[in-house]
Parts: sequence; C-alpha cells; structure tokens
Amino acid sequence: MYPNNLKYTEQHEWIDPESGKIGITNYAQEQLGDIVFVELPDEGKELALDDVFGVIESVKSVSDCFSPVNGVVKSVNESLTDDPSLLNTSPYDEGWIIQIDFSDASEIEKLMSGDDYKKYLEEVS
Amino acid sequence: MFKYIPNTDDDISKMLEKIGVESVDDLFSDIPESLRLQKPLNLPAPLSEIELERELKEISSKNADASEYKYFTGGGAYNHYIPSIVNHLISRAEFYTAYTPYQPEVSQGTLQGIFEYQTMISDLLEMDLANASMYDGASAFAEAVLMSSRIRKKGNKVLIPKSLNPAYRQVMDTYTNNTGIKVIEIPYNKQGQLDLDFLKNNLDNETISVSVQNPNYFGCIEDLSSIAEVLKQGKSFLIGIVTEALSLGLLKSPGHYGADILVGEGQSLGIPVSFGGPYLGLFASKKEYMRQVPGRLCGETLDTDGKRGFVLTISTREQHIRREKATSNICSNQGLCALMTAIYMSTMGKQGMREVATINLQKANYAREKIRNVKGYELVFETPSFNEFLVKCPKPTQDINRKLLENKMVGGLDISCYYPELSDCMLFTMTELVSKDDIDRLCEILEEVAK
Amino acid sequence: MKPLSNTGLVIDEGLIFERSIKGRKGYSLPELDVPEKDITEILPKESIRDELRKFPEVSEVDVVRHYTRLSQLNFAVDMNLYPLGSCTMKYNPKINEDAARINGFARCHPFQGAEISQGALQIMYELGRYLCIITGLEDITLQPAAGAHGEFTGMKMIHKCLEKRGNPRKFIIIPDSAHGTNPASASLCGYQILQLKSDERGCVDLKALSDLMTDEVAAIMLTIPNTLGLFEESILEVVKIVHSKGGFVYMDGANLNALMGKVLPGSMGVDVLHINLHKTFSTPHGGGGPGAGPVAVNQELAPYLPVPKVKKDKDRYDLDFLIPDSIGKIHSFYGNFGVLLKAYSYIRTMGAIGLKKASETAVVNANYIQASLKERFHLTYDRFCKHESVLSDKFQKENHITTMDMVKRLIDFGFHPPVVYFPLIVPGAIMIEPTESESKQTLDDFISAWLQIADEAENQPELIKKAPHVTKHRRLDETFAARKPKLVWSPDK
Repeated sequence: MYPNNLKYTEQHEWIDPESGKIGITNYAQEQLGDIVFVELPDEGKELALDDVFGVIESVKSVSDCFSPVNGVVKSVNESLTDDPSLLNTSPYDEGWIIQIDFSDASEIEKLMSGDDYKKYLEEVS
Repeated sequence: MFKYIPNTDDDISKMLEKIGVESVDDLFSDIPESLRLQKPLNLPAPLSEIELERELKEISSKNADASEYKYFTGGGAYNHYIPSIVNHLISRAEFYTAYTPYQPEVSQGTLQGIFEYQTMISDLLEMDLANASMYDGASAFAEAVLMSSRIRKKGNKVLIPKSLNPAYRQVMDTYTNNTGIKVIEIPYNKQGQLDLDFLKNNLDNETISVSVQNPNYFGCIEDLSSIAEVLKQGKSFLIGIVTEALSLGLLKSPGHYGADILVGEGQSLGIPVSFGGPYLGLFASKKEYMRQVPGRLCGETLDTDGKRGFVLTISTREQHIRREKATSNICSNQGLCALMTAIYMSTMGKQGMREVATINLQKANYAREKIRNVKGYELVFETPSFNEFLVKCPKPTQDINRKLLENKMVGGLDISCYYPELSDCMLFTMTELVSKDDIDRLCEILEEVAK
Repeated sequence: MKPLSNTGLVIDEGLIFERSIKGRKGYSLPELDVPEKDITEILPKESIRDELRKFPEVSEVDVVRHYTRLSQLNFAVDMNLYPLGSCTMKYNPKINEDAARINGFARCHPFQGAEISQGALQIMYELGRYLCIITGLEDITLQPAAGAHGEFTGMKMIHKCLEKRGNPRKFIIIPDSAHGTNPASASLCGYQILQLKSDERGCVDLKALSDLMTDEVAAIMLTIPNTLGLFEESILEVVKIVHSKGGFVYMDGANLNALMGKVLPGSMGVDVLHINLHKTFSTPHGGGGPGAGPVAVNQELAPYLPVPKVKKDKDRYDLDFLIPDSIGKIHSFYGNFGVLLKAYSYIRTMGAIGLKKASETAVVNANYIQASLKERFHLTYDRFCKHESVLSDKFQKENHITTMDMVKRLIDFGFHPPVVYFPLIVPGAIMIEPTESESKQTLDDFISAWLQIADEAENQPELIKKAPHVTKHRRLDETFAARKPKLVWSPDK
C-alpha cells in the first residue's frame, strides 16, 4: 500500500527520490472519491516548499497539491487531462502528477518512509 | 388559525410533550431575556383572501400597463408577445415549487429543462456553452468582466463602449471598482457605432477585454466583423452583450465573430416586463473557459441502468464547494425564468424566432421612416437598427410624453441624463405588439406637439 | 411503515429536439400590417444570421406534452415534505401567484415613469417598511436578486463605509459552519477570510473571536440561528467584541424563519442583514430561483444603499436616484419586483400574529423531529434546536451505511432528502428543516420512515445501498458527467 522506495508527506502526497515524480497516496484518492479533473502547472514553473502546484477535483470536493520540496517542474503527466481516473486506479504508477527537478536531496530525506506514513495514517483516521 | 399552518393547539401540546417542555416559549429560552419581544410587531392586521384581493386590485389600478396602454419604450426591457402556454406550464407546481436540483433522481424535470435551455441559448447566441442563468443582463456582464480578468491574469485595462446600456455600465462599476481594473470608454462615432480607430489605438498588452453591445444602446447595429478583425492581433478577450435577445432571431451574434464570453438579457424571450424583474441573465462562453464560468451547469449522464439522465455538474467551481475561491458567489439564480424562456423558444421554434424578429424589424423600420418625416423630428443615426432607434425631437421630451400619455401611449426613453450631448433625444422601440395604426397615431401626436 | 410504491403512470419523455418534425408550428402571429420591405434593404446582408440549427419545430400540443411529462419527474413542495435545512421550503400560497399575474403589476414597464407606477412603488415602499419592522432595522434595499446578491451588497456597503472613514480593512470573520456563499461574497469584495471555530456547544467560541478580532477586521458574518439550527446564546458578547474594534455585524438572514416576532436582529446589535424572500416569506423556489435578497441596514450604513431607493413624500411615491454615497447599482432595474410582490402579499395575509405563529410552529416541528430521532441518529450538539435540526450518520457508519445512502432510501418513502454534508463541521451531516407548513401527521410519517431506515441500516443494508428503488431514474453518475461534460445536445451527423 505504501511502497518504501517512495517518501511521503502529511498532506498525503508521495515523491520518488530517484525520478522526482510526485503524486497522491492511496489514502488520498480514497478520501477524494472519483477524481474528475486535475489542474496541472506549466513546465518550467519554479516551486518553493509548500507552494500549490496543482488542484485535484472530485465530484464533491477540491484539494490543493502542495510541493514537498524546492525545485522546478520538469514535466507534467498529460494523460491525467484525458483520464483523471488514473489517480484513483494507479496512484503510484500511471497516476503520477508532476516530475520535479529538485536541488536539495536532503529535503526528501526528511520526509516519511512508507512505514512512518502508515503509522501516521493510523493516528489521523 | 392560519390556513398555511396546519398544526392545531392540540397537535402542538402533543408535540411539546414528546419534546419534553411545558410551553413553546421554553424552546426560545436561550434568547437573552432582554432581547425577547414583549409586544407584537407593528404590522397591518392579517387580511382574508377576499380583502387581500380587493387591496391588490386597488393598488394595481394605480399602474398603467400594456393591457390598456400602447408602449414605445425599451432601453433594456421589452414588451413582447408571450404565448399563453408559457404561463400555464410554469404554473405547474412540480416546476415552481421545486428546489434547486441537487438530488437529481427526483429533479429530472428541472434538470432536463435546464439542459434544453442551455442547448437553445447557446445555439441562439452562437456559443459553445451556456450556464443555467444569472440574475440579469447587467450582473451577468459584471461577472463576465471578472471572469475575463481571472483568465487573462495579466493586465488591468477593460475597454467598454460609451454606447453600452448605462445600467450595465453602472452595475459593472459596482462589481469592479475595488479590483484594480481600469475602465476605458470607447466613444461612438458619427454613425452611432463603436469608434474603431480609438479601439485600435487603445489596445495593448495591458488590455484584458473589449466589450461590445449589439445592437447598442442607441439601437445601432455594430460592425462586428471589423471589430473582430481589430481584436485578432492581440490577446484580449471579446465580451459580447445582447440586451434585446429577440434580435438574435435575425442578427448574427457576437459569438459568430469569435466572442470569448457572451452575456445579455433574456427577458424578451417569454418573460413579462413586471416592473423590472425577475428577468434572466444570459451567460455563454467558449468551451475552453468552461471551468471559469460562474453559475450552474447541467450535463448529460447515465444512471445505473444505463438510462440517460441529467445532473448539475462541475460544481467544484461553485460557492458550496470552492467557497472563497469560487468563480462567483451565485447560488439561487433565475431558474424558473430560464424555464419560461426554454418553453418560449421551443414554442416559437426555428421559424417563429425568425418570423417574430422580422416583424419587429419591419414595424420599427416603418416607424423610423415615418417619424423622421414628421416635421421637426430627425433621425440621429443613419446606421441600420433592429427595433430601437434614436430620434431628435423639436420639443422637450417631457412635453411629448405627457401628450402621448393623454392618448394612452407610453413614449420613448429620454436618454439625456446619461448622454447630455444627446439632449431632447428619444429612444423609440417598436415590437410585434405595436400595430400600424398605433404607429400612425403616434406620428400624428408627435406632429401636434411639434407645432 | 411500508415504503411508497410507484404505481402512477409517468411517461417516458425524450428531449424536445427529439420531438422536432420539420414544418410543425407551435405559435401564431398576426399578418404584417405595415408595408413589407426586403430585409436586405433594411439590414446589411452580412449581419443577417444563418438558420438556428438546434431549435425544434414542434406544435403547441408537443410543447405542452413535453413539459407536462417532464414536470412529473420532479419532486416539489406541493407533493410532500421537502425538509431541506436552511432552505425553508414552506408552502407557496396561491394567492401570491395570482397577485404576480395581475396585469397592473406584470405588464408594467420599469421605465414608464413614477407617475403611472404609483401602485408598484407603493408595494415596494410598504414591503420595505414591513421588513424593517420585522428585523428591527431602519432602512432597506430591495434590489438584490438573491441572498448571495444581498451578501455582496452588504459587504460592498461595509467596505465603502469603512473606506470613507479612512481604512476599508482587510478581513472578514466567518464561522466554520457558514454557508459557502458567505466567504464567496466576502471574497468578491476583495476581503480575505478569517475562519472562526465553533465551541463545544456549536456556537461562536468567544475566546477565539477575541483573538481574531482586530482593527483590520471589517466585519463578522453570522447566520442566526446558525447552520446547526442553534441560537447564538452569547450574541450580545459577540456584538460587543466586534463593535469594540469598529467592525460591523452582518447577519445572514437565511434562518429568519426561526425568529419572526420573537426577537429583533436590530436589537441584538446586527448592523446589516439580508433576507431571503424565497425562504422566510414563502415566495416559490422555482427550481433554482428567482428569489430576492433584500438588505436591511441601520442608520450608519443607510447612506451607502444601492440606487435608486423608493421614497414617499406625502401620498406620492418616487424613485430617488440622488444618493451621493451609494455603492451604485447591482441590478439593471429595481430588483425582482414579481418576487417582492409575492412576499408583500404573504405579509399582508399573515400579519404580526401569523408570522410569529409561523416561527413558533417551525421551531416546535423541528424539535419534535429531533426528539423523536435522536436515539437512533447521532445528535452532535444535544440542545433544543430552533427551526432546523442537524443529525448525522455516526451510528450507521459503523455498518458502512452513509448519509448519502440513507437519504436516497428516504426517497422510496416519498420524501425529498434533507440537506446533506452541510455544515462541514459535522461529518455526514443531515440537516432537517420541516417548516411550519407541515402537520403532525406528516411529521409522524417522516419519523417512521427514518426509524425504519435505522432498522434497515442494521438488518438490511443492501436495500439502502441500492436506493432509490422507486424513482424513474436510479442513481445518476455524477463522476461521468464531470469527467466528460456534455452541456448541450448535438444533432447526430
């Protein structure tokens, strides 16, 4: 459920330290329900820690996506425009949202591991 | 006992018992004692239906209305023929005593009505999509300006024609005056149309949008194709405004020329003049701006059995979900008025829309030619018009209108309070409700007054 | 109680466009009586439009059948209890409908001049006076076309008043239980929102309010009673805190049906409030409007009211356009006159004694439902409510039955669902407002239905999960509609 090769944030997002890809966790997609639209940033956009880089809409709710690190948007997942359901069906794989070029790998180290995130979820629910 | 409140004293005591209190006032004990009202409100005593009917009849008799007077008045509200079935159908309780269709399974009547309305209005306006309604044309226009500013992000200039309906201008000012938007007025030329040179010279990277009303407030038909040509060079939005929706039965819409947003007033399409409201704000846009559109949108879908149905959709733009980041604060709109319009448009159909628009055009043209030939009266602008035109009068307009009133006619609008340079000018409007005899009689009276 | 069965004849109906047959005609117009000219002599050829592609060609019979069949797919107040919280779905009196159709009102043109509009102006003037009396405030505008429109108007007036004093300020305090239009309206005026927590009694947390209230806060927006149906017990303290820093108290009057004749918002210290005529004053909801949202104010804010106002001089009424500090216009004309007229007719029917009875009965009815259901459905704030009660699915969630599931099942019993998932501070909220229009019998049926649903939630959850069973349409796919929006019909190629 929470692959250990990824790192996690309290806003229920994951980042892959290798590729720089960012997405939302399985818990997040469950809470949001059927996702109907994703607002993606432009490539090349500079992001500071906690900046809003996108918006995810389900039928009855809206959620901002917060950047877990400082960096620059390298690419965005265009498939989400045609098929936002990928976020529900494949949140860690085909449902990646953006790929970021980050400068400081230590920022990622500070984030939660898969096991830490699992513990965090138990506290939160 | 009140006929709208079924529960008797006996019912109330039984309920109080279940609730566990002695009296009704116990349920209000959390209101600070100093605030509780000790005496009844100072309102007139309740009336029975017989008395109320009499009272309303008496009050209404102090108004002139189109069942007894002939009207030549327009300027944003129009006396048109309303087919008898419109009132009968919207008087069905299932339509008018229903709420906003948030529970789609029990609101398919309302929802399908909205879907059909959206279809016909977007066809009439020549736009990709239309919303379920705004309050009126003026507030729809204000919201269009705000929407264009949200989308463009860059720039703060908004170009508005001087020949825009003054109420629309005023409402827009109220909505935008603290937003940093800078309004620039495009003058009208000698033909009563938008000054194209001024437009060309004032378009730049800081321009968010250019608005055009067609026909404009003076009744003149704008050269939309040239305006669209000028705008092609830049990135600014074109906002089209139509205050006389019936004109679209015959005229090309600004949507035809690439308007990004089109707004206007739908009252002409089956809604009574009713002293200024309730009316119907039309709001349409290109499909790429769908997510920035204010107000409700109805979309087609399927139920669990695969049956076609309709639901409110993309609601995440709206206030109940997006709250302070919503595209607008609008909640209740003009739902029943949109239904009236849908029924009107269905009844008139392809042919009827064109026919009634043509009748307006012919009558207005007849009147225009006749009035300009009455001694002392001049047509202010030669530009072709639809059903409204501006006439310069030889005597003060109050005198003319007073004389007309004596003949049970309500004359044109004096617009000099908004356009001091157009003093003693009257805006005359002719619709399908006006007869040839009425027009001839009007001209006789105009002639008399001029002497 | 057995759920209703659907034995009526409700006929399938497609889109009006699917009924279209070339050559059919639904209208009649007289022959042209002026000499006919070729339209290309009147208009430039270039400006004449192409044929309307999508408009149907149908007979009058087709139109009537179409809309009559569609109407049968709707639920409405005239059919049964419609318990939407904060919407006040009370009965819409028919004499009000008659009033709006009187020629002397329906066929008046807004620009015909005050001289021949004395009746219309009298209605507006007197309605304004009555609403001021009912709310305990001094002046009023009838121009806003809906509650949200009224909120915007109120915010603009506050902004202008403070601006005149030197600082329009930056923030508006809004409780976390507020209706979405509140922050949206404040935002439209350029204000930022400071969210205020509710306390454990469901009301304003006075300490939290004191912390938030500074001289950069322009106003607080409060719904009284609030969206939990609870009266703000410490209202006098709340007002004191806000006023002490020079801020205004704006009241969202959506829940006014709980207070008429019992307390005056003006005497609470409310500076400005909007009234929803389509809620409290019985004008019909129309499937989404038109409503009306008059805004009443105290003397301080009166100079900023929208233009024009209706004034009375001896026996003559007039429109006053000379309001130098007005915020301007917010509507093309004077507001939704046809709606104002219905509210006027209602107030004249009820009088002071009737309006008070309406509020008292609305409150008794809501408490009766609350008392009857609170054992089986969780009541977050265990206090007497006012005109509405907020329960939740907390107990049923343990069985994986949600609020949405349960209200879809309620439809099978012949009732419209209450408001759900609002206010946001109660997860799985079920907001029930019966209004005074409902008899004890109807309320008892409603209660029985809910008690049966509570039983089914424990013993027959499938029945609930697959509801509604009796409607013409089963659950509609809102996800599909949002992912692939289809907002207009298109003819097949």
